[in-house]
Amino acid sequence: MSLFIIVALPFLGALLPGVMSSAGRAACAGITFTVSLLAFLGLLANLPAVLAGEVVTARIDWIPLLGLNFNLMLDGLGFFFAFLILGIGLLIIAYGRHYLSRDDNMGEFFTYLLLFQGAMVGIVLSDNILLLLVFWELTSLSSFLLIGYWKHLPEGRQGARMALAVTGMGGLAMIAGMLILGQIVGSYDLSVILEHREEIQADPMYLPALILILLGCFTKSAQFPFHFWLPHAMAAPTPVSAYLHSATMVKAGIFLMARMWPVLSGTPEWFVIVTTAGLVTMVLGAVIALFKHDLKALLAFSTVSHLGLITMLLGTGTAFGAFAAVFHILNHATFKAALFMSAGIVDHEAHTRDIRRLGGLRTLMPVVFTIATLAALSMAGIPFLNGFLSKEMMLEEAAHTKLYGSYYIVPVMATLGSLFSAAYCFRFIGHTFLGPVRDDYPHKPHDPNPGMWMPPAILVVLVVLIGVAPFLVEDLVKVVTAAVLGEAAEVPDAHLKIWHGVTPALYMSGIAVGGGLLMMLVFAPLSRLWETAPRPEAKVIFEGLVEAVAALARSFTFTLHNGSFTRYAMIGTVAIVAAGYHAWATGTVSETTRTVQAAGPVAIAAWGMLVAATCALVLLHRNRFLSLMLIGIVGLIVSIGFVFLSAPDLAMTQFTVEVVTIILLLLALNFLPNRTPVESTVLRRVRDAGVALVAGLAAFGLSIHYLLRDAVTTPISEFHLANSYKGGGGTNVVNVILVDFRGFDTYGEIIVLGIAALIIFALTEALLDGPVRARLLNRVPDQPIAGDMHPMMMVVVTRVIMPVVLMVGFYIFLRGHNEPGGGFIAGLIVSIAVVMQYMASGFAWASARLRYPYHGVIGAGVLVAGLTGIGSWFVAKPFLTSDFTYVRIPPFEKFELATAALFDLGVFLAVVGAVMLSLESFSRLARRAHVPDTEHPMDIDPSRDELASEQAGG
Amino acid sequence: MELLVASAIGVLTAGGIYLVLRLRTFPVILGMSLLTYAVNVFIFASGRLTVGAPPVLHDGATVYTDPLPQALVLTAIVISFGMTAVVVMIGLGAFLGSDDDHVDDQPDPDPEGRS
Repeated sequence: MSLFIIVALPFLGALLPGVMSSAGRAACAGITFTVSLLAFLGLLANLPAVLAGEVVTARIDWIPLLGLNFNLMLDGLGFFFAFLILGIGLLIIAYGRHYLSRDDNMGEFFTYLLLFQGAMVGIVLSDNILLLLVFWELTSLSSFLLIGYWKHLPEGRQGARMALAVTGMGGLAMIAGMLILGQIVGSYDLSVILEHREEIQADPMYLPALILILLGCFTKSAQFPFHFWLPHAMAAPTPVSAYLHSATMVKAGIFLMARMWPVLSGTPEWFVIVTTAGLVTMVLGAVIALFKHDLKALLAFSTVSHLGLITMLLGTGTAFGAFAAVFHILNHATFKAALFMSAGIVDHEAHTRDIRRLGGLRTLMPVVFTIATLAALSMAGIPFLNGFLSKEMMLEEAAHTKLYGSYYIVPVMATLGSLFSAAYCFRFIGHTFLGPVRDDYPHKPHDPNPGMWMPPAILVVLVVLIGVAPFLVEDLVKVVTAAVLGEAAEVPDAHLKIWHGVTPALYMSGIAVGGGLLMMLVFAPLSRLWETAPRPEAKVIFEGLVEAVAALARSFTFTLHNGSFTRYAMIGTVAIVAAGYHAWATGTVSETTRTVQAAGPVAIAAWGMLVAATCALVLLHRNRFLSLMLIGIVGLIVSIGFVFLSAPDLAMTQFTVEVVTIILLLLALNFLPNRTPVESTVLRRVRDAGVALVAGLAAFGLSIHYLLRDAVTTPISEFHLANSYKGGGGTNVVNVILVDFRGFDTYGEIIVLGIAALIIFALTEALLDGPVRARLLNRVPDQPIAGDMHPMMMVVVTRVIMPVVLMVGFYIFLRGHNEPGGGFIAGLIVSIAVVMQYMASGFAWASARLRYPYHGVIGAGVLVAGLTGIGSWFVAKPFLTSDFTYVRIPPFEKFELATAALFDLGVFLAVVGAVMLSLESFSRLARRAHVPDTEHPMDIDPSRDELASEQAGG
Repeated sequence: MELLVASAIGVLTAGGIYLVLRLRTFPVILGMSLLTYAVNVFIFASGRLTVGAPPVLHDGATVYTDPLPQALVLTAIVISFGMTAVVVMIGLGAFLGSDDDHVDDQPDPDPEGRS
């Protein structure tokens, strides 16, 4: 099966359980199991190739310019981890189906689980480090969802947040490290990077890259000092703990260290950092685990400890160390997942996982006792179980490792770690299962149904099988080791066997087991001592840190962002002007190349009106109606200026927009106060005027500067002018640019316009549903309502003129491609025609005759434009490729048919819909406020009639 | 001609910024409209000024003005209507909700409720 399908299956399948929630719990679990099984079988189909030493690849270029390619590869290491992820995943799914209670949403759970599974498989199969990073972050996110699955538990939410913060920050560091690595090698393909060992290690950026990447690995794999998140993540449901926190996610960091082993390991830096972190984690985790009373916390710290062990082995940088690490990864996955599931069963049956309230379960739960004991003994390193074999190899490796110039540090620490490890294993067995049967369990426990104990039982069978006959897996472990080592080293000629003779490792092992038993004898006083000893509480430190950072961010934000728009505008203006001045003062000013064109008296007069209107607007802006008129004058002059300066399309657009803007502002002013009161001091006004004048002067300077100089390079407009008719089939170049050359741009713009209108509509809805509604209903208009609300003259004129205006709009639309006009302008003209009906005949009258809602018109416009663009796919052309032809239907003259016209129709519809939806929303506010509806718009205000009749009657 | 257009841009900018710095929503909206004019004319003028040569192809014409800034400004005019409408709606909603049309957060004028 293609690697793409293996990676995609969990992601695609993740949708199924979520939507099948109502189909029942068994169906959800069944479909999840099937999806995982398919991926698992697909993986197994690649086993022969992998065992033969081949590397299976699948490649698609995604963003080649960035070096980001969807390249996958499957070698021994990838196969091994994918096998663990999918294989244990199957057992976890079966177990989870029985573990979750009826109150839990099973579909949601399995959706998260499959998302996580897909992300993990993606990590281990990636052959591109950027792709790997994407999957890496996906595991952080999906594990956040899984850890916080029980949303009602505060511990779950806090644990999920902590895990996300720690692993997320590590992920960020790793992104930086990976980018450095990619820069050194010049490729982001993992298989390429792995071939550049010398180059990478000789580079001065090797150490920063190493530290950053290790930060990612250490946070993910809970290495000291980032180990603290893992125990808190145990608030997750047990299937999650068993899956993420024993077999898969926490192994991602280990995987990456193994993956990068050929290029990163072997240097003193690697050796010191990784070995030390591993050793410290191993001992610390084991010590803490011994004194934990919560079964899952005990297992969590034991996981931390074992991850430290594997890290330490990888850190040694020897081939034998890698060999032992691979073997221990396999063994740890089997016994630890079994232990987690057993702990989950105990919790499920006895309703507690507090080890102090348990004991004597041996006779009550014989099956679970057998499973858990075998797994725990394996973890303790008892012969004939698989944990013994890899622990022996670890001690063997430790005996030869010299750290900080001493031959004793590593062996002693390793023995100490093993000793505590044996002790907590014995405690797990002894305090949970052995001892007298108690009568105060929160719930009387008994063995669960086989659905729950079968998955761990299968794992324990493997534990025993590998422990007794390790040669069965030797080939697999060697293939994986070969993949880890790459070309950096040869696979060691060692064999997996039970008896190695009397070696230092055997002595160390013996000391560990004996010491562990001894510790159990004196556990009670030891535990009291531990309880009284002061210990740093990682959670408190972490939360203090987070709070401090958040406080810093808050003070920073609130200082800059104090809620005063005026201040932002002032700072922004001053900053822009200052930056511009800096550029002006430090740059070189080129010679003027254009001559000033003479301006006629008309131009000067128009300029005078514009300046006068602007000045009047500034001086008289307190009178709001007057300022609307003045701004209308400004807009009008700008339109005339466009006509004069060879921009007829702009003039028409500006003119029509001016009309709808003024109507809009009038509608708003209906509610706002009519005057702006004097508030700011004279000093402040002088200051503002000063800033405004300087900014105006700057704008003038910039404008005159380039108006007197030609463009530095030839504008691309030459291309537009040359190809407008030949390629676009239109002579109005502006319109051809809009609907053809830059059609995609226009497409985006009509969508923005539509969204703006929808926002206005949504805000209106929100206002009318909220407390504003009552305020509007009780509002007393501050202006007397016109007695003649629908003047007859206006009603008649607007209705008569309506078809004429529509005809004009149609004409403007059609001529747009070759003469000034087009969809934008036609849309605005038609909108004005419709708005006139609202104004003259009233809202009720007009909306009663509205056949299509304006949202629909916007949507239809975007749809028509989009479909026109998609149409070009059917002739194998890129999106929005236009075409045109000339046809002749007698007796008409020859005329043009262009797909661009269809696109322009979309623009037209979107503009009409957006403008009308905005204005209609504003009028709805007004209507709610105080305007009575009337049935007969051509009449005088009927309320006056009622008033009159009342007065007459009274 | 160049001087007229450049100075018009300058005057519109200055007026717009002065009004944007006012404390009530309505003058701020007017100020932004003035700034919109200034920016649109500015972008339009980046194609340099040409009289009597609209970019509509016809026989015999050799000189056309630059059509690209015109196309950009055309959509900008329409979009700026949409944006103005949104801002007006937000301002109006704020006024209707609180009976206050200040643009800045107002410190509680009278925390003890005297009036």
